[in-house]
Amino acid sequence: MSNLLDLLIAGLATGAIYAIVAVGFTLLWQTSQTINFAQGEFVMLPAFLMLAAMHAGAPFWLAIILGMLLSMLLLGLGFKMLLVDPMLRHGVLPLAIATMALAIGLKEAVKQFFSAEASPFPSIVPAGDISILGRQVALQSVGVLALAIAAVAGLTALLNRTSIGHQMQATAQNPTVARIIGIPVERMILLTFLINAFLVALASLLITPIYLAKFSSGEVLGQAAFIAAIVGGFNQVRGAIAGGLLIGVVDNLAAAYVSTQYRAAVPMVLLILIILLRPQGLLGRAEERTV
Amino acid sequence: MNFLKRYWRVALGMVVIAALIIAPMYLNRYGLFILSQWAVMTIAAMGLNLTLGYAGQVSLAQGAFVGIGAYAAAIITANGLPLIAGLGVAIVLCFAIGWILGYPALRVQHHYLAFVTLAFSTLAFLVFRNESWLTNGIYGISNIPRPTILGYPTNRPLPFYYVCLGSLALVSLATWWLIRSPWGRAFVALRENPVRALSLGIDTRRYTLMAFAIGSALGGVAGTLYAPLTQYIDPVPFNLSLSLDLLMMVIVGGSGFFFGPFLGAMIAVLLPEWLRFTQGYYLMIYAVAVILLLIYSPSGILGILDRYLTERRTKAASALRAVAKSGLEPAP
Repeated sequence: MSNLLDLLIAGLATGAIYAIVAVGFTLLWQTSQTINFAQGEFVMLPAFLMLAAMHAGAPFWLAIILGMLLSMLLLGLGFKMLLVDPMLRHGVLPLAIATMALAIGLKEAVKQFFSAEASPFPSIVPAGDISILGRQVALQSVGVLALAIAAVAGLTALLNRTSIGHQMQATAQNPTVARIIGIPVERMILLTFLINAFLVALASLLITPIYLAKFSSGEVLGQAAFIAAIVGGFNQVRGAIAGGLLIGVVDNLAAAYVSTQYRAAVPMVLLILIILLRPQGLLGRAEERTV
Repeated sequence: MNFLKRYWRVALGMVVIAALIIAPMYLNRYGLFILSQWAVMTIAAMGLNLTLGYAGQVSLAQGAFVGIGAYAAAIITANGLPLIAGLGVAIVLCFAIGWILGYPALRVQHHYLAFVTLAFSTLAFLVFRNESWLTNGIYGISNIPRPTILGYPTNRPLPFYYVCLGSLALVSLATWWLIRSPWGRAFVALRENPVRALSLGIDTRRYTLMAFAIGSALGGVAGTLYAPLTQYIDPVPFNLSLSLDLLMMVIVGGSGFFFGPFLGAMIAVLLPEWLRFTQGYYLMIYAVAVILLLIYSPSGILGILDRYLTERRTKAASALRAVAKSGLEPAP
């Protein structure tokens, strides 16, 4: 039983990171029909940007800020202007394929210019244990969970409580009408790309101390986020959050109780079941049929 | 004029086929391996092109079907049976799995097939890796024999290259026939307008499943050639990235064009080899080249050609119209 509690907390911590990445994924899909197959690599890259800044002699806090800004510039603005804008009008599939190529390019660039080996990455949460309800829990898990919850809460507040958030939601739901009532649709779309870049950089900061910085670490992460987004509901931010937490917990429990060999299979089976029984996702709305 | 065009096209085809038969005689072992790999990947990409380009269903599991075919061939030939038995098992197995896999996806909208196949890819990889009693797990299966065809062993690279090329030719002919048959036309109808296809009396569910299952079976065919080509298989080459690579080949070559997979596989297999002189940078250059190509022409390489031909035909037609119009105008 006590083991179960540990697993749950660790699962929620990884799940919260998946949720952050899945939310960014969902935002891009909602506002600009971009299925970003490079989302995992987007999480991998900021850690290396931060490491590069530290190699150049910057202290850790400055490296974090620089890494965040650079990733917003490259993965937000650059990604939108150089790849999504020219390709968007050609439909979903060519753009999705282009992001697959981008994923290969990013991986190879990091491997070539940085290192093919895994590099350690400092944690922003100090090591050690904390006592909760008389139990020893790793401070790392609790810290990651707290930061991820703060990020998700901040984003939800932005989307639901502010004018900009409402404008972004309107843009996602119906860009044409949004444009008619005077919402700067283009600026809102750019904003979602910047938010996605911020979210992946944050996820990178949180997950890299656990799994080390490696050029190929994005593959597993991107897939987990993708599945989280589908399981939760492709067209809902809160669906993506729920999906991320669920996948994180299920993954950890499966590793302990099913088998370590088949732990990766459990989220997949979950995905297939969800598609069979509730194709719009746990919290998603059914999409209207377009004829 | 039309006759002349057809004449040129046939001549070009002859030259390419002759080059594919004669040129390899002067290639070394490695060159032959790469060319054989091109032929195998083209077969797999042709299957995916049938599913994606003609029937409009996105599949992210073609790599897994190549894997199933490869393991079927390896296990069956390791037990002393001929490769042709492995081929039969691979085709039946991939067709059946493709058919079953299509069902959940068809209950809902079309892009869910992509999600289901993504999950299937990972599941298949896990089975390859973990079911050691069958697949020998991470150690893989080695010493896969190459077949003897009509009493003639194909152990050396050149004969086996001809096996791959011959299989490619057979698959091409079969596919060519299929897309011109009523089935092929039904596939295109599904892609263009499923509702209209349904109202015309096409059983859309059955044909979608059929397109996906046939495409998957071709993946299995490619796998049965892959195993004796490399003579050693382990789970790693058949992970999700092979499926993504195959999808990229189809799109880059031009999905929905018959010759798209040939070009796409050429770029995916041969271009990295030509770029080897750039050492570590070749995959990066490859990625950038694919992105630039897709920005310039989202319908792939053959899309560029198609656009150019359509433009020329439109110009010719409007020139004809202008002539006809001037002829109709009354003389002053």
